[in-house]
Amino acid sequence: MIKFENVTKIYPDNTSVLQDVSFEINEGEFVSIVGKSGAGKTTLTKLILGLEKPTYGSVYFQGKSMSDVDSAELQLIRRKVGVIYQDYKLLSSRTVFENVAYIMAVEGKENDEIMLAVPRVLEAVGLHEKMDNFPRELSGGEQQRLAVARALVNNPDVIIADEPTGNLDPYNAYEVIGLLEKINKAGKTVVLSTHDRGIINKLGKRVIIIENGKITSDEEKGKFII
Amino acid sequence: MNNDFKRVLNLAFTDFYRNRGTSIAAIFVLTVTTLIITGLFVIGGTSSFLVDRLKEKIDITAYFKDGTSDQDIMNVKDQILKNSPDIKNVEYVSKDDALNQFNERHQGNDVFARALLEVGGNPFLPSLNITTSGDQKEYQQISDILQSDQFSDLIQKVDFSEKKDTIEKVFSITSSITKFGVALGILLVLIAVAVVFNTIKLVIDNSKDEITTMRIVGASNWFLRAPFILQGAIFGAIAFMISFLLAFLFSYSLSVGISVVLPGFNLSYYFASHLWLIIPIQLLCSIGLGAGSSYFVVKKYLEI
Repeated sequence: MIKFENVTKIYPDNTSVLQDVSFEINEGEFVSIVGKSGAGKTTLTKLILGLEKPTYGSVYFQGKSMSDVDSAELQLIRRKVGVIYQDYKLLSSRTVFENVAYIMAVEGKENDEIMLAVPRVLEAVGLHEKMDNFPRELSGGEQQRLAVARALVNNPDVIIADEPTGNLDPYNAYEVIGLLEKINKAGKTVVLSTHDRGIINKLGKRVIIIENGKITSDEEKGKFII
Repeated sequence: MNNDFKRVLNLAFTDFYRNRGTSIAAIFVLTVTTLIITGLFVIGGTSSFLVDRLKEKIDITAYFKDGTSDQDIMNVKDQILKNSPDIKNVEYVSKDDALNQFNERHQGNDVFARALLEVGGNPFLPSLNITTSGDQKEYQQISDILQSDQFSDLIQKVDFSEKKDTIEKVFSITSSITKFGVALGILLVLIAVAVVFNTIKLVIDNSKDEITTMRIVGASNWFLRAPFILQGAIFGAIAFMISFLLAFLFSYSLSVGISVVLPGFNLSYYFASHLWLIIPIQLLCSIGLGAGSSYFVVKKYLEI
């Protein structure tokens, strides 16, 4: 589903973030990408979304090279990916309901479908009573659950969670991870980027460890060993 | 209505309402810009009226020698009309007509009547009153004909020669006013456009992070851009209504005052008779600028 082939990423200021990285993520996998801050985890997720282009090598999504797709096709690919960020990246001027509904509107879903699906997904993340609130009126945990709801609502092929628990207390962090596990059990591919040792060790799933832009370990049932 | 369009409309109106402060600022700037440009248009109309009136004053009168036959005078008239077909009017005033016009003009004025008796007979000369279109070339052509050797035996004097300097000064001033007016107008329009563009940019820059998020979740260029363009058009539509109403009120309230300074110029009539041009100018300045600025500002965020 996602393939990195000898990917090197050097930013314009000559900072080399990834060096000759190669790996593949199959459909239905739960893969944790682990590394210290600045190891290249976020760049990796940006490359999957086409927010950055590799300096050398290729990134493939469902067999298509992300470097070769045009702007319109890139947007279609992004709709197949649900993204959860540490800083939530919510639409601050829109209500909880509208944040989720926007994603469905982007896909051109009918109003009836939106009116039905949005409350359902908000109920699944426990935000159905805050549908008319704005993101600023939610706690950190609630905002992250809203980000999860937004990532889920279009039933994407892949969920990419970039440090989704970074701003959360342990209780909320495990709640979010629990949601990701549920999504994975439902057959979706999950890519989790984190540096939270406890979460990784508890998950018992595939772990790719990145250090100084290079993959140092890729194990099926990995542990946090940096 | 198309479902997507309804959504875009809804997003535009929602953003407009929720960001009332910036919306009002944008409407204010667009209104001021539209009024400035409308003002420039009206000032242009007023000055061209003034220039036309000045040019109308540039009449040439050729006085013929006493005893010149009507046939000879008509011959001169034909020559002038042949060489300057765009000329406004050439009027023949015979000796008797000139006397009658004088008497009519000074009816009941004993001083003039006594002066005329003193001179005795009819002291007036037959003449051709030539009204030019105000074109400097035309004026030159006519003066060349009247001063040519061909007619020197017939013409006693030509009035323009006495006013020549004034006439040339008027041409020079009107030409400078036109050039300066156009340059100033262009400069003001450019400044106004820059101010509008930057105001809209500030409004949209507030949503910079949201636009990035919209791109990340896969919003198409159209779906992302359309609400902002529509929002710009809404700013413009409101600015248009305000500026049109203000321009209408100004034109009616200032009409009397302006007609005192510029006799014959009716501002309210000018406004009403040029609505076909004022409305498109205002629409272009308000809705066109609002929507156009939004289009270009959002464009730079679509590269993500």
